[in-house]
Amino acid sequence: MTLIEHLQMGGYAAYVWPAYGFTAIAIVWMIVGARRAHRAGLEAARRRIEMERSHQ
Amino acid sequence: MWLWIHKLGSPPHFYRIAGLLTPWFGWSAGVLIAAGVVSGLFFAPPDYQQGDGFRILYVHAPSAWMSLFTYVVMAIAAAIGLIWRMKVAHAVAASCAPIGAAFTAAALFTGSVWGKKMWGTWWVWDARLTSELILLFLYLGYMALRSAYDDHQKADRASAILALVGVVNVPIIHYSVVWWNTLHQPASVTKLAAPSIDPSMLLPLILMFFGFNILFGALLLTRVRGEVLMRERNADWIRERVSQP
Repeated sequence: MTLIEHLQMGGYAAYVWPAYGFTAIAIVWMIVGARRAHRAGLEAARRRIEMERSHQ
Repeated sequence: MWLWIHKLGSPPHFYRIAGLLTPWFGWSAGVLIAAGVVSGLFFAPPDYQQGDGFRILYVHAPSAWMSLFTYVVMAIAAAIGLIWRMKVAHAVAASCAPIGAAFTAAALFTGSVWGKKMWGTWWVWDARLTSELILLFLYLGYMALRSAYDDHQKADRASAILALVGVVNVPIIHYSVVWWNTLHQPASVTKLAAPSIDPSMLLPLILMFFGFNILFGALLLTRVRGEVLMRERNADWIRERVSQP
């Protein structure tokens, strides 16, 4: 069986690939979201420290 | 052991240890999931009834498992936060919700696509499907409730109670295929009995299962670090951490 034939998933390509695609998108979304949450925490902390400095 | 847990409960220790662990978790999850996808899509033999369509199992079952596991972690963390007023526990609970919502959405979508092929319909109001949909709404409701409060402490308490009330849905989802004999099939793999699945089909599932669990660990640690920084803006240790990139 060739690779192209295999990728057609025996006629199930229209079901298998969207399922894997959606899961991949969900995983990427989770990774981006988690990194963004960490960065937001860092930025909030940085802003707070700068505010304190300017008030001293 | 207790001392270690107590130490981990202190935000600076948690922040440092989580930062050391995250890359290890992230990379090992990446390797496991990549191996699981390749073996699941290309090396596992097609199912004798479902042909290549059964390969959806490798993304569906781990996502569905993670949707429940994440909720249990969230509820336990919420309970610890309520009872012992542990700051890191509340941060863990708050961090679980978006991750759980994404896993639930993936479980619902992959299940829907699979159902379309095998049952001929995208959706039925079957007990398993309905209770899983309720799980998604619980996650979204939890997130909406948190965002309605400006004050972290109030958000922590109110959302913790919601998380604990919603935990009744977890056994309902898990046992739904046994209690109500509807369309969704019961599990083929259980830890107590010998699984009714061939080893060559089981291996990708095991890889994906561990990959997803470890990925959850990496995501949770990263999010909790962010939450801890949000909550402890005044502490001295943050000054040291933030000044160095």
